[in-house]
Amino acid sequence: MPELLSVKNLKIEATSYPPGEPPKVVTLVEGVSFDLQKGKVLGLIGESGAGKSTIGLSALAYGRGGCRIIAGEVLLNGRDILKLDRSGINSVRGAQVCYVAQSAAAAFNPAHKLGDQVIEASLRHGIMTRDEAEKRALYLFRVLGLPNPETFGDRYPHQVSGGQLQRAMTAMALCPNPELIVFDEPTTALDVTTQIDVLAAIKHAIEETNTAALYITHDLAVVAQISDDIMVLRHGKTVEYGTTKQVIEAPKEDYTRALVSVRQTKRDEALDQSGALLKIERVHAGYANGFKVLHDVSMHLPKGQTLAIVGESGSGKSTLARVITGLLPPSEGRITFDGKELPRALKGRTNDELRRIQMIYQMADTAMNPRQTVRDIIGRPLSFYFGMHGARKTERVKELLDQIEMGPRFLDRYPAELSGGQKQRVAIARALAAKPELILCDEPTSALDPLVAEGILNLLLRLQEETAVSYVFITHDIAIVRAIADSVAVMHRGRLVRFGPKSKVLSPPFDDYTDLLLKSVPEMEIGWLEKVLKTRRMESAGN
Amino acid sequence: MTGPVLTDGTAGEPPRSADLSGVPAKPNPTGEIGGTFWRRFVFRRPLAALVLQRLGLSVGLLFAVSLMIFGGIEALPGDFATTYLGQSATPQAVENIRKDLGLDRPWSERYLDWLGGAVKGDFGTSWASKNSVSEQIGNRLGNSLFLAFFAALISVPLAVGLGMLAVQFRNRLPDKIINVISLAAISLPEFFIGYLLIMFFAVKWGVATFPATVYDSMSFTERLSAIALPVATLVLVVLAHMMRMTRAAILNVMSSAYVETAELKGLSTFRIIARHAAPNAVAPVINVIALNLAYLVVGVVVVEVVFVYPGMGQYMVDAVTVRDMPVVQACGLIFAAFYIFLNMAADILAILANPRLRHPR
Amino acid sequence: MNLRSIPLSAWIGIAGIAIAILCAIFAPVIAPYGERDVVGEIWLPAGGDFLLGTDNLGRDLLSRLIYGARTTIFVALAATVLSFSLGMILSFAAAVMGGFVDQLFSRFNDLMMAIPTLIFALVVLAVLPQHLWILILVMAVLDSTRVFRIGRAVALDVAVMEFVEAARLRGEGSLWIIFREILPNTLSPLLAEFGLRFAFSILFLSTLSFLGLGIQPPAADWGGMVKDNKDGIIFGISAALVPGAAIATLAICVNLVVDWLMKRTSSLKGGRGDA
Repeated sequence: MPELLSVKNLKIEATSYPPGEPPKVVTLVEGVSFDLQKGKVLGLIGESGAGKSTIGLSALAYGRGGCRIIAGEVLLNGRDILKLDRSGINSVRGAQVCYVAQSAAAAFNPAHKLGDQVIEASLRHGIMTRDEAEKRALYLFRVLGLPNPETFGDRYPHQVSGGQLQRAMTAMALCPNPELIVFDEPTTALDVTTQIDVLAAIKHAIEETNTAALYITHDLAVVAQISDDIMVLRHGKTVEYGTTKQVIEAPKEDYTRALVSVRQTKRDEALDQSGALLKIERVHAGYANGFKVLHDVSMHLPKGQTLAIVGESGSGKSTLARVITGLLPPSEGRITFDGKELPRALKGRTNDELRRIQMIYQMADTAMNPRQTVRDIIGRPLSFYFGMHGARKTERVKELLDQIEMGPRFLDRYPAELSGGQKQRVAIARALAAKPELILCDEPTSALDPLVAEGILNLLLRLQEETAVSYVFITHDIAIVRAIADSVAVMHRGRLVRFGPKSKVLSPPFDDYTDLLLKSVPEMEIGWLEKVLKTRRMESAGN
Repeated sequence: MTGPVLTDGTAGEPPRSADLSGVPAKPNPTGEIGGTFWRRFVFRRPLAALVLQRLGLSVGLLFAVSLMIFGGIEALPGDFATTYLGQSATPQAVENIRKDLGLDRPWSERYLDWLGGAVKGDFGTSWASKNSVSEQIGNRLGNSLFLAFFAALISVPLAVGLGMLAVQFRNRLPDKIINVISLAAISLPEFFIGYLLIMFFAVKWGVATFPATVYDSMSFTERLSAIALPVATLVLVVLAHMMRMTRAAILNVMSSAYVETAELKGLSTFRIIARHAAPNAVAPVINVIALNLAYLVVGVVVVEVVFVYPGMGQYMVDAVTVRDMPVVQACGLIFAAFYIFLNMAADILAILANPRLRHPR
Repeated sequence: MNLRSIPLSAWIGIAGIAIAILCAIFAPVIAPYGERDVVGEIWLPAGGDFLLGTDNLGRDLLSRLIYGARTTIFVALAATVLSFSLGMILSFAAAVMGGFVDQLFSRFNDLMMAIPTLIFALVVLAVLPQHLWILILVMAVLDSTRVFRIGRAVALDVAVMEFVEAARLRGEGSLWIIFREILPNTLSPLLAEFGLRFAFSILFLSTLSFLGLGIQPPAADWGGMVKDNKDGIIFGISAALVPGAAIATLAICVNLVVDWLMKRTSSLKGGRGDA
C-alpha cells in the first residue's frame, strides 16, 4: 500500500529573541522520519518542548512563530509539499490536509457563524457546492453527537460550550473530505468527563470517514485509544517508533518505559484512619455577590496521612482550599485543626496557626516572587516564624535544599533560572521551612511533564515518611489519587459526593458521578475506550 | 483562582463570568425606579441596554463636568471681582463690580441660571467685551470644526494606511523606520511643528499663507489654502499616535489563533484579511480613531494660537489671559462636551462591533 | 543589570538627559552671559559673540537656553514627582483597600479624566493667581489622574499573583507586602511611566508657557522663549525654533529611555528582568 504521508529526516529551526541578547537559533526538531498510510492514525507523543506540534504543522508546510523547516521532505502522496509555491500549498491546506487546534475557542473566528466557518474551506477550494457542503456539515454534526445538528451551524462560537466547539472544529476539519487531519492536543483543555466524549466522537468520525490522522498529545493513555502507531519524541528527536501495541506493552527505550509506568505507581493506604488533625464540618461558602460555591461539605484528615480531594473544574475543590487557609471564610460550618477551632478569616489567625498550615500551588512560576533568590524565598519563613538570620539561616536553607534533592549551588538563583520541576521543589522547601503539620497541595504536578511530576510525587511521599506531615492534595487526576492518597473526597458542583478511605471510595458500589469520573480516566490499555463506552452512557448532550 | 486585594483577608473576589465585553459593569442608570423593568430589558436586549447605559453615563458625566467647571472654580481661592479689577482695587469698587456681575448671589443660584442658559445655548455676556458669548462662539466653533474636520479627513486614512503598512512589514526596515519617526513625532510640541512649517513653507519657500486668517467673505478654496498649514500641523500631531495604536490593534488580530486557522484552511491572503481579520480589527481601530479625534479637539487650541486662526481655542486662551470667566467656562464646557461625546462614540462603536454582544447566548 | 544590554537608542536618550541636567545645575558657570542681560542688538544671527544669536530684546539666546533648562526641568520634574507620589499613593491605597474607597477614588478619577487636561488647566489657571507653586500644583494634580489609572492597574495585576497570596498566608503585614512583594515587581513599568509622565510634563509646561499661562517673564523657560521670539518667524528669524528644538530633543531623549524600559518590562514575566 502506498504511503499517504511520508516524512523524511525533518529538521526545523526557530530564532528566539531573548531581551538584551543577540538572537539565538534553536533547533526544535531533528532527524524525524515516519510514514502514514491511508486511513491510519499515528500518535505523536512527548513532553512540552518535544517538538510534536511543530512536526504536526509541517504536514501543512506551516511554521508557527518563526519556525523554519530547513531540511528534510514531507511527501504527501509522493509529492514534496515543502517545495510547493504559495498557491500550491494553499491547495493542500484545508483540502487535502486539515488541522484541529488545541483551543477551539480561540481558533474559531468570533465574528462568523459556526456553520459558515465549517463549510468555508470546502467552498473556497471548490470541493463541493454550498448545498453539498451544508449537507455534509449536518451529517458530521450528527456523527460527532452535537446537539440539535440542524440548527447548530447557526450559532456563534461563544454561544456553545468548549466540548462542543472542539467537536465543531473536528467537523470543520472533516468537512472537505481531507486525506489527513492533524489533531493538536484536541482534548487537553477539556475536563476528564468531557474529554472522553470528544475522544470517542473523534475516533468514531475518523473511522466512519476513513480519514488518516496525526494525533498529537502528551498523554500516552489517550493516544493508546486512538492510534495505530505511536512515535515517542523528546527534545525534538525520535525516542521510539512502533505499533501502539508494541510501544504500550513492550517499550524498548527507558524513557518510554518510564512514561508507561508513571501511572502504575500505587501506594497502600494507612490502615488506621481514626483521629483527625484537620476536621471540616458542614462548611458552606460563597462569594460576596451571593454566588455559592460550597454546600455542606464535611471531611477529616488524620495526622501524617494524605487526603485527596478530586473533582473537575467548577467542583469547588480549590475553593475548599481557600476556605481552609482562611482566604475565603466559610458562611457556615467550622474547621478544627489539632483539636482547636480555627478562626474563620485569615486576619483572625495567629502566626503560629498560619505556620502550621502551608500551601503549594499549581503554578510554581507565579507562586514565587520573581525578584527574590532561592535563598530569600526559602529563608523568609525561617526569619519570619523562627527569627533566624545570618549563618544559621543559610545553614538551614542549605539543609532544606538537600532535603528537596537540590544542592547549595542553587542558593542565589532566581526562579526564572530554574526548570519547572526545580521551581516546584523550591516551593516545597519554602513550605517545609515553616515546619508545618499540614501542607495544602493545589494540583502541584498538573502543570509538569509526567516524569517530572512523578519525581515531585515521590519527593512528597518521602518527606511525609521523614517528617510525618499531612497533605490535603487537590487534583483532578485519579492516577495521582491512587498513587498517594490514604483517604479520598470526591466533589462535584460544590458538593461532597463521596468520602472515605481510598480502598472504599475507589471500589464499587459507586454513585453515578464517581462512576462517570472513574470511567472517564483513560487507562494505559489498548481497547479501553471501546470497553468503557459499552458500560457508560454517552453524555454528549450536555457537553 | 484569583486572589483579591491585600489587607482584606475576608472576601474573595467573585469570578467575573458574565462580563464578556471587557467593560466594567456600570450601575443602573435609571435608578431604583423601574428596576425590574430595566433588569428584564438588560436580559432581553443586552446590546441596547449597554448602549443606553453608555448614553446615560455620558449625560451624567457631562452634568458632573459642568458642576466642576462652575462650582469647582468657585471653591478655589481667589475672588473674581478682585481678579477682575486687580489687586489694587478699592473695597468699594470691588463691591460694585460684584453686584454688577451678579457675584453677590449664592453660587448655587448662579449655577442653575448658567446651566439653564447653557442648555438653551445661552452662555451669558462676556465680562471683557460685554458681547453675547454664544454669538461669538457660534462663528468660531464653526471655524474650529472646519479645521478639525479636514485634519481628521487626512490623518485618519493616512494613519490607518501607515499602520497597516507597518504590520505588513513588521520587524522589517519600513516598520522600524515608521517606529522611530513616530516615536520622535510624539515628542514634538505642537507649536514647534507649527513654526517649523511656517518657517519653511510660508517664509522661506512662500508656498503657503501665514497667518491663517479666515473671514466670512472668503471663498471655499481660499479658506482651504489658508488652513493648509494648521491642518498639516494637526495631522502631524495626531498621526504618530494614531498609527502606533492602529499597528498594535491590527497586529493583535493578525496574531490570533483564528487567523492561523484561516491560513491553515488554505485561504488567499486577501480573503484572510477581508473576511477573518477585518471584522475583528474594525472595533479596535474605530476606537483608536475616536480617541485620537478627541485628542484633535484639544490640539486645535495650540494650533489656533500659533496660526492666529479665529477659532474657539484662541478665543478661550485670550479669555483666560484677561480672566473673562463666562467665556472660559463656556469654552471649557463645549470642549469637554466634544471630548466626552467622542469617547462615548468610541465606547458605543466598540460595543456594536463586538459579536459576543451582538449575538448573546 | 548588564550595561552592554542597554541599546544604543537608550544610550542616546540617557546622554541627552544628562547634558540637559548638567546645564540646569551649572547654568551660571556654563552660560556666557546673564539670564536677563541685554547684551546686543535684537535678533542677531547665530555666530560671532553670540553662538545662537540674540532674542527679541537682545539677550543672548544660548545663555537663556541654558538658564531655561533650569526652570523647565525643575518645574517639570517637581510636577512629575508630585503627581507621581500623589497618584501612586492614592492608586495603591485604592488597590489595597478595595471596596468603597476604590470605587470612590476611581469614579472621581474618571470624572477628572473626562475633561481634557489642557482645557482643565486653562479653566483653573484663569481663576488662580499666578505663582510658580500654583502652576506646579495644577500640573501635578491634573497629571496624577493618569498615574492613578496606571498605578491601580499595575498594583491589581501584581496583587492577584500567587506569591502575594503566599505572603499573606504566611501572615506578612501590608507594608511588607507592598514594599517587598509588590513594589519590586512593579518598578520597571512604573519607572517607564515616570519617564512618560516627565516627557509629558515638559511638553505640557512648554505649551502653557507658550500660551502665556506658564512661567512668567523675565525668567527664562523654553516654552516662554518660543512665545517671546515667535514674531520673528515671519521675518525668517529662527530664534523661536531654537528653544522649540530644545524641548523636542529633551522629550525625544526621555521617550527613547522610556521605550527601552517598556521593552524590558514586557519581558518581566518570562525573563528575569535585571539582577
